Amino acid sequence: MPTLTRWYIKSALVYLAVALILALLLALPATVNLPLFIRFMTPVYFHLFLVGWVTQMIFGVIYWMFPIITRVQPRGNVQIGWLSYALLNAGLLLRMIGEPLVATQSAAGLGWLLVVSALLQWLGIVFFVYLAWPRVKEKYRGG
Amino acid sequence: MPRLSQWIIRAALIYLLSGITIGALLLAHKGAPFLPVLWVWLPAHIEFLLMGWIVQLTLGVAFWILPRYWQQPRRPHEGYALIAFVLLNLGIWLVVAGTTFRAGAWVLFTGRLAEVGAVLFFAAHAWGRIVSREGA
Ligand code: HEM
Ligand code: HEM
Repeated sequence: MPTLTRWYIKSALVYLAVALILALLLALPATVNLPLFIRFMTPVYFHLFLVGWVTQMIFGVIYWMFPIITRVQPRGNVQIGWLSYALLNAGLLLRMIGEPLVATQSAAGLGWLLVVSALLQWLGIVFFVYLAWPRVKEKYRGG
Repeated sequence: MPRLSQWIIRAALIYLLSGITIGALLLAHKGAPFLPVLWVWLPAHIEFLLMGWIVQLTLGVAFWILPRYWQQPRRPHEGYALIAFVLLNLGIWLVVAGTTFRAGAWVLFTGRLAEVGAVLFFAAHAWGRIVSREGA
């Protein structure tokens, strides 16, 4: 299993655990006095689950298992893979903090956090698709 | 990877790109509002990413990698998988038409119906391939 895949899959598992802990907190009845910050984390919960866990798990397995391109550079440019990993995770973590912050302190002028987070996640996924696209093909048969 | 899986997986990657482009615009808009009409695209964001990306990628990989038969055709009822692919994409667009483009409740309903059909056709294709090493 390539190192990049191990990072994707281990990170995915951590996101799954965090997402489900957050889901538990959100499932507490409204009478429980949770910090407002947590109450505003519903979209964060979905996206830790769907981007952090599901999508990142898929990325790790695609990078590992899809047909290789050539023996010399089987999985394309791995630097792009690391860049994609870093951008996606930085963007998602920034959303995790930024989205509830913007919701609870709307006067603080922190909206740009979400703009940056959106851009980082978008770039991270675009780089991954760029890397994966040429590997959607027949099995490698030499040459 | 068989030709049909290649189509299905490429479609899934295109939905991923489209879906996150909508999502990124929505998130940016949440931070620095610039185009309130973007919210109309939330159902398309959800549909593209849950059905177009996650479900579709899973079906494409399953068609490729589930155990194959020893005899021809190695992948049984290939036509069913092709029908599933067509129905799923028709369904996605009808759902988006029925929500984001406000084409009406029955368009949305027909879209969901096409998606159910897609899943049934795919199951009919894949059922016999879901076996242990001994083939039981
Ligand atoms: C221990 C397991 C889980 C718990 C405690 C849990 C809890 C919750 C809660 C409390 C909500 C509502 C959030 C709100 O609106 O305030 C929710 C929504 C949601 N959950 Fe989970 N969840 C769990 C597992 C899952 C799983 C396995 C999936 C997906 C495969 C999932 C997908 C979703 C989705 C998509 C929504 C949003 C529904 C909507 O659009 O309103 N959850 N969950
Ligand atoms: C890749 C897989 C993704 C899936 C499956 C997904 C799914 C969803 C779902 C189910 C919702 C609805 C939550 C609700 O009912 O309120 C949602 C909302 C949203 N998504 Fe995503 N999403 C994905 C990626 C992204 C990305 C990458 C971004 C941004 C860069 C994004 C931005 C948003 C925003 C801003 C909302 C609206 C949140 C709100 O209600 O305020 N999504 N998404």
